[in-house]
Amino acid sequence: MPEGNADIIRLNGAEKHFGAVRALGGVDFHVRPGECVGLVGHNGAGKSTLMHMVAGTLTPDSGKIGVHGGIEDNYSVSRAQKLGIRCVFQELSLCPNLSVAENTRINHASLSGLGWRRKAAALITAKLDEIFPDHGISAWDIVGDLSIGRRQMVEVARAFTVTQDRLDLVILDEPTSSLDAHTAGQLLAFVRRFIAGGKSCILISHVLGEVLRNADRIVVMRDGKVVVADAANAFDRDRLVTAMGGAEARQKIAAEIAAAKPAAGPLRVRARPAAQKDGADLVARAGEIIGLAGLAGHGQTDLLLAIFAAASRARTGIEVTAPVALVAGDRQSDGIFPQWSIAENIGIRSLARLRNGLLISPRREAELAQFWQKKIGIRTPDMNNNIFSLSGGNQQKALFARALGSDAQIVLMDDPMRGVDIGTKLEVYDLVREEAGRGRTFLWYTTETEELDNCDHVYVFKNGRIVANLGRDELTEEKIIQSSFGDAA
Amino acid sequence: MILVRSLAGKPWVWSFLGALVVWLATIAFTGGYGAGGMVTAALSLAVFTVIVGVGQMFVITLGPGNVDLSLPANIGLASAVAMKVMAGSDSMIVVGLLAALACGAAIGAVNYLLIWALRIPPIIATLSASFIIQSIDISYGRGLQIKPPPGFADFTNWQILGIPVLAVLTVLFTIGAAIALQRMIYGRSVLAIGQNIRAAWLAGVNVGRIRFLTYTLSGTLGGIDGALLAGYFRGANVDIGNEYLLASIAVVVIGGTSVAGGKANVPGVWGAALFLVLLLTMLNTFGVSAGVRLLLTGLIIVGVITAAGGEKAVR
Repeated sequence: MPEGNADIIRLNGAEKHFGAVRALGGVDFHVRPGECVGLVGHNGAGKSTLMHMVAGTLTPDSGKIGVHGGIEDNYSVSRAQKLGIRCVFQELSLCPNLSVAENTRINHASLSGLGWRRKAAALITAKLDEIFPDHGISAWDIVGDLSIGRRQMVEVARAFTVTQDRLDLVILDEPTSSLDAHTAGQLLAFVRRFIAGGKSCILISHVLGEVLRNADRIVVMRDGKVVVADAANAFDRDRLVTAMGGAEARQKIAAEIAAAKPAAGPLRVRARPAAQKDGADLVARAGEIIGLAGLAGHGQTDLLLAIFAAASRARTGIEVTAPVALVAGDRQSDGIFPQWSIAENIGIRSLARLRNGLLISPRREAELAQFWQKKIGIRTPDMNNNIFSLSGGNQQKALFARALGSDAQIVLMDDPMRGVDIGTKLEVYDLVREEAGRGRTFLWYTTETEELDNCDHVYVFKNGRIVANLGRDELTEEKIIQSSFGDAA
Repeated sequence: MILVRSLAGKPWVWSFLGALVVWLATIAFTGGYGAGGMVTAALSLAVFTVIVGVGQMFVITLGPGNVDLSLPANIGLASAVAMKVMAGSDSMIVVGLLAALACGAAIGAVNYLLIWALRIPPIIATLSASFIIQSIDISYGRGLQIKPPPGFADFTNWQILGIPVLAVLTVLFTIGAAIALQRMIYGRSVLAIGQNIRAAWLAGVNVGRIRFLTYTLSGTLGGIDGALLAGYFRGANVDIGNEYLLASIAVVVIGGTSVAGGKANVPGVWGAALFLVLLLTMLNTFGVSAGVRLLLTGLIIVGVITAAGGEKAVR
């Protein structure tokens, strides 16, 4: 090789901003030939952004990218492909309407002419046989008909197929998330063989054991920066968890509130996730703020929606004893009515109370809106303006006002602080604690660990199940990460 | 001046303006002859479009994909049911009307049942329902023209000082519909569902019940329309509702209701219905052929949707 022993890829001082959010703040990162780099970190630590840069799907705002020792000024996906860098992203990227063979052809322009389907089929079948013996997938299967696990197998195998372009580095972003233990083992064994052949991998996984066992070097990211990078055998589980979570003690706002806490009130919610096998269930009483933690998408939102549905129609395994309101996190798809004014957006949950006889009273609707404008601080000259005249944070406040202004005694919060500025957050935290003091119950799913400091009790979720139940005094970030990364659970 | 400006902001003003322009063009052509008679005739005919238009408006406001294509068949069957029950006897008028209402309501409920239970898109559900309804109508009415009782025929054609009484009653009904849309929980819920059905569910709106009520309402209005049409035209037949497929959708769109759902207004249905009837009269007066008439109607609908869409893009 003319490049000798040069790094396959090297990023120096890579920075990326999305609007006001800093996704990456000056990251140095490199991969040498013949090594497997493990990349770990919390949700939003910047792992995916970094990998998008390696794969060429995102360009850094500043910083340099070098491949095989040469500086790349116009790095792109097609350039990455030419230079032998492939990526298996977390969001499966196969076309569901096409067959396995047709999907393979998408990455290999050289498979052309008559019989390209047969060539593609032979290519992908050979690779599937190599990685996952007895995979049971036919190259003619339509991808949309395959199970999620098999789709992931195809996706992985496709990334390792070679025709005319070289292949030096494969990024595996959560490659085992949809695989069972057996196929995951097959894949990781293949990765070791691939590395032994002098090629390289980047392995991203939330299963820490997987990373510890298979990586040669581990890079830990937090808040858009690399915090530690060291040989894998220099880490153990605890050191990884500490590095990810930030060992520095955080100021707990909660202590004095905990002291002033009244005795537990009557039961408001008892719910068991559908996937729960043991007897654990979530219990919330009047006046409590209950946190739902764990990695994103591990069943927290599903349980909130199940509780919401159970309030209007009885469901097995879920007991709800008071009216429920939900504060959406995904404002545009779950919360906002785009044609309406701020006042109408707030009033929709309380229409029955705003009536005067059969008709909705505009006066009462305006009063409700004005009360909450003052109370929660919605910054607008006129509550009759369209909801989109507000900033994102103020739109979110309007959604809080909708829930808190209603008759609901149980308020479900579906990670509502996504993309909200810190000032708004602090105002809303205060309000939530104040309302809880008046006996309202809050179920609060959040992906931001600091927010859990507001909670009396935290349930940690993994794979749709409750895996830990932490009281306020046991609540540390390390504990939460330990539970949500637990391999066995 | 302020009045003009606040009027210009209302989407329904344009349909009334269009109706006025068409009327003026026609009487300019005839030299003022028949100006009053034209208004009377327009009111009489617009009533039937307005009644089904209001039902269609609520359905379309439920959001993309929601439309009631079974109205023509519904009108046809309800007209036959009403005339058969009345059986030419004045004493049975009320019973006949109730039968037409029940027939329409049942059709609307079945429509929603198809949409809900079988998860068929509303367009397909109401279209296939209309084939079934039409078959029932053919075997029930045996293709015969059934005459209304004389009292009912007189009532539907009754005028006071050149103003059709039916039009006055329909104005009262549409005022009620406008209040229901803007000021009642039902209307608010329809508007919410049309903007974002998931957000509506999460905000506590009973989505299933509101959609059921809306399709049933549309069916019921189709039913009463069938009975009134049979009275006005002095006889029920299978084809009596045919033109109301296009017309019911056209008046909703021309009246300024958003085809994307979540935004509706009742006055526009009136303006658009008058506009369509007057346009027809004008083109007839000008001696234009039927083909050109349909062409123009189509072009106008396309034009209105384009104009309405452009307005949205600016926002």
